[in-house]
Order: sequence, then structure tokens, then C-alpha cells
Amino acid sequence: MTELALFIVFGAAAVYGGLVMILARNPVFSALGLMLSMFSLAVFYVVSGAHFIAAVQIIIYAGAVMTLFLFVIMLIGVDRAENRQETLPLQRPLALGLLALFGAGILFAGRTAWVIAPPGIGAPSGTAEVIGDALFRRWLLPFELTALLLVVAAVGTVALALWRRGDDEPGESS
Amino acid sequence: MVTPGWYMALGAVLFVTGMAGILLRRNALVMFMSVELMLNAVNLTFVAAGRELRVIEGQISVLFVMVVAAAEVVVGLAIIVAVFRRRGTASVDALADLRG
Repeated sequence: MTELALFIVFGAAAVYGGLVMILARNPVFSALGLMLSMFSLAVFYVVSGAHFIAAVQIIIYAGAVMTLFLFVIMLIGVDRAENRQETLPLQRPLALGLLALFGAGILFAGRTAWVIAPPGIGAPSGTAEVIGDALFRRWLLPFELTALLLVVAAVGTVALALWRRGDDEPGESS
Repeated sequence: MVTPGWYMALGAVLFVTGMAGILLRRNALVMFMSVELMLNAVNLTFVAAGRELRVIEGQISVLFVMVVAAAEVVVGLAIIVAVFRRRGTASVDALADLRG
């Protein structure tokens, strides 16, 4: 019963946040709508027993990623009016039609093509201990690869940030 | 008790919302946020599936998706800022240099 109430309230909040994100003219409102969606999803993670994932969701997504987004919005400037004129012919109707089709398809698949749980075992509790046990034994190699990925991302970002117009290769300055 | 099918349905709705943002908006930042929303929708289905199948791997997958998303956000935003410094706009319509 509690779960149903939470699902209705925070499910509506998540969808509302997503709609605010794609409809708001101001990118700051878009970022805040996305933040609302992420907080709502963290609630679902707690309800599903994924406590560690919920904490990571709040810290990484709602904290770090959204702060980064807001910084870039401030850097780029929020007062610039976005030109909403669609330049591609037929883009809007085609996009809406395809979205409706795709949405109906995955809704149908998600509601019907569903596996039944094996009986007798309880749902996994996603504490840091259980996650760490799986992560550092069975999934150690993928975990180490994420370290490599993060290093590559950090180096690439620094390289992009250090780019100046002057040191571009010839012919690229426009 | 909410069945996992409902979580799947919510994930589908959020995913389509993010896709609509990609297809309909022209601001590179908002398009990027839409990608994040799509990744989050898939994370929700991962957690719901892991809970239903009684395995922890659903949550492990979510952790990896989060790491990849964080790396992607950092690089993507750096590219957006670099494009903005060069062009003075964050609209993807302005990037039409390859148009024939």
C-alpha cells in the first residue's frame, strides 16, 4: 500500500519533471525538472531495496552532474532566447508520430514480455556490502575498466578546455 | 505491491519523454539533459528487473551505467562549451557546415 502511494506520487513527479525539462524555455528550468525526475527515481530505488544505488543517484546525478549542467548553463548564458522555429521540414510531425509508435511498442513489451521470479529467494538487498562483494569479486575487470574510462574522460576534458583558437591545426579556424 | 511491469511502464514513459526532448529541442544542453533522462529511465528498469529476478547484477549494471554517464557528461559538456566559445551559440541548427 505504501509502495503504491509512493509509486503514484513520485511516478507523477518523475514524469512531470521530464515534461518540464523538454518544455521549459529557460535551460535552468529544464535542469531543475531533470533534478526532480532524478530525485523521484532515487525514491524508487529505496523502495526497491537498492539503498546504495539510491545514495549514488543523489550524490552523482542530482549533485555532481546537475551542478555541472547548471555551471555550463551559467557559462553559456541563460538569457539567450532559443529559436524555436523548426528548420527541417516534416521533423515535428514525423518525430511525434514515431515517438507515439515507439512508446506504444516499449510500453507493450514492458507490460507483457515479463519473466517470472524464481520462487523461494528474497529480493536482493542493495547495501554497500552486497554491492561491493559482487563488484570486487565477480565484476572486478569491468570495474577496473571504468577507472580507465574515467581517466580517458578527464584527460579528454582537460585537452578540450586547453584548446585555444591560436593552436589549432591550420585551416580549421573559422 | 506494485508489480515490476509498472516500473517498466514508468521507465518507458520517461524514456520516450527523453527521446521527445532529443527530437524536438534544438538547444544542445537540453538535448544532453534528455540523454540523461533516457539513461535514468533505463536504470529504473534495471533495478526493477534485478529485484524481480532476485539478482544483484541489476544494481551493478546501474552503477556501471552511472559511471559511463558521468564520463559522457563531462566530455559532452566540454564539447558544448568548446563549440559555444567558437560559434557563440548552443543551438545545433547553427552547426550546418557539412550541408551540401
